[in-house]
Amino acid sequence: MPFYVSPEQAMKDKADYARKGIARGRNSVVVTYDEGILFVAPNPSSALHKVSEIYDRIAFAAVGRYNEYENLRVAGVRFADTRGYQYAREDVTARGLANWYAQVLGSIFTESNKPYEVELVVAEVGDAQDEDQMYRITFDGSVADEHGFVAMGGQAEQVAVVLKERYATGMSIDAALGAAIAALSSQGNGEGGINATQLEVAVLARGRAHRTFRRIRGARLEELLTQARSGGGKAKAAKGTEGTGGAADDTAAEPSPGDPTAP
Amino acid sequence: MGADYLGGQFTASCLKVGTSSFADFLAASAPELLPGAGAAGPGAKPAAGPGAGGQRGADLPHGTTIVAADFGGGVIMAGDRRSTAGNMIAQRDIEKVFRSDDFSCVGIAGVAGIGLELVRLFQLELEHYEKIEGRTLSLEGKANRLAAFVRGNLGGALQGLVVVPLFAGFDEETGKGRIFSYDVAGGRYEERNYHSIGSGSVFARGSLKKLYTEGMAEADAITACMHALYDAADDDSATGGPDLTRRIYPVVAVVTEDGFRRLTDDEVGEYAQAIVAERMQSPGGPIAPLRQATT
Repeated sequence: MPFYVSPEQAMKDKADYARKGIARGRNSVVVTYDEGILFVAPNPSSALHKVSEIYDRIAFAAVGRYNEYENLRVAGVRFADTRGYQYAREDVTARGLANWYAQVLGSIFTESNKPYEVELVVAEVGDAQDEDQMYRITFDGSVADEHGFVAMGGQAEQVAVVLKERYATGMSIDAALGAAIAALSSQGNGEGGINATQLEVAVLARGRAHRTFRRIRGARLEELLTQARSGGGKAKAAKGTEGTGGAADDTAAEPSPGDPTAP
Repeated sequence: MGADYLGGQFTASCLKVGTSSFADFLAASAPELLPGAGAAGPGAKPAAGPGAGGQRGADLPHGTTIVAADFGGGVIMAGDRRSTAGNMIAQRDIEKVFRSDDFSCVGIAGVAGIGLELVRLFQLELEHYEKIEGRTLSLEGKANRLAAFVRGNLGGALQGLVVVPLFAGFDEETGKGRIFSYDVAGGRYEERNYHSIGSGSVFARGSLKKLYTEGMAEADAITACMHALYDAADDDSATGGPDLTRRIYPVVAVVTEDGFRRLTDDEVGEYAQAIVAERMQSPGGPIAPLRQATT
């Protein structure tokens, strides 16, 4: 390198570069609800996921460059499975994983010329809503412990403002989905543009044993979207009856592999 | 040892583009965690002679009899609950039949410690692949992975730490139950209709041969498997029969298009009690007709 570049300048340039890269993509949100944690990401592809299962009660959501966060996702699965194999399944925690991701992203940011243009959320569903954990990890390895909801992406702050208005502790899944869609469509994604085929929706279902991650798609997603649009989080009282059916609803979701029929 | 795997090297290998196999990943990144790394790894001394190794693991707990049979809607696997160390009963309620994933199950016979570790790794292998690839392995693929794991224990097996699995699952492509057996060298054999492994397998298979009919109903297939285990326990000291006083019954797994289901103790208890009651009348079990009925 022929010219002297001050460390401050180098870091600033890298951060600007990463931020610009992330801002090109769409925003995603993660919201806790009474029976789990909901992940919503605008994603026209049904094969290249932005939200994925990491472990029994832990999921991963990301925005930014696909190849980079896919690489991190696979690494996270390997890390978690090795941990669980070495110790026990209960010893794999979102906190441990978030710290590890922070180390990884932090050292990539400082040591390599090109930082990763990604932002991650690692979430773990607890036995009760106040035990849910969500960690947001940014491209430079900083970690934030979030409560209730998280927004990711270039316009995360604006999205979070809408989410904050709509969010209530103990809301049902359709109210949570309504809030998520309202927040996402406030940022140029366009309400009209959001339909079931362009959304990637998944949950960590609190009541399930063993593997709690489920994708919600097809007819089930359409149905939820209709409920979310009509209810929209306004009629909270009406949701009470809906909520009791929630567990059964979740079983009607995509019967993804790993059904907890294990002994 | 006792490394926490937060080290730079492990992290780097996590980030490497590579395999969807957990076992292959471990072999490359943390080989000391793989089963057999300590006991019968590449550096371990081979057994002195053909007979010498055979006794090595004799006083370790051994799992005994597993039976499997297909039926109209899928496949059944059942295993007794005894493990023996030499002439001692090591455990009365050991479990030797496991869910390997949604549409398959695996049972083990032989040195329990190695078998249980094999199952744990196999379960994780299937789950890991599923998470990385976003789809499950084919039944054939699962059976082949298990064969590789069994072959991995060949060194141990030659020193007397023998374990073989029995694998069964519902093939979503053909809509049928399938059964695979293995030898210690990792040979994989698809079995027709039914099979059994373990010390009581000879008796269990003889029993199943007389009781099994193709396309039988689920409840009949369960009854046939329970009878087979009873017959194995009848003639093999290492196989345990249903223990009515302690309410310890065989583990029975059913895999159909709805997935894996393990029968509850109460459900198996009903079968066990019915079979014991029947045997009070006819100790040898159901008597097969000597000649085919002619019209």
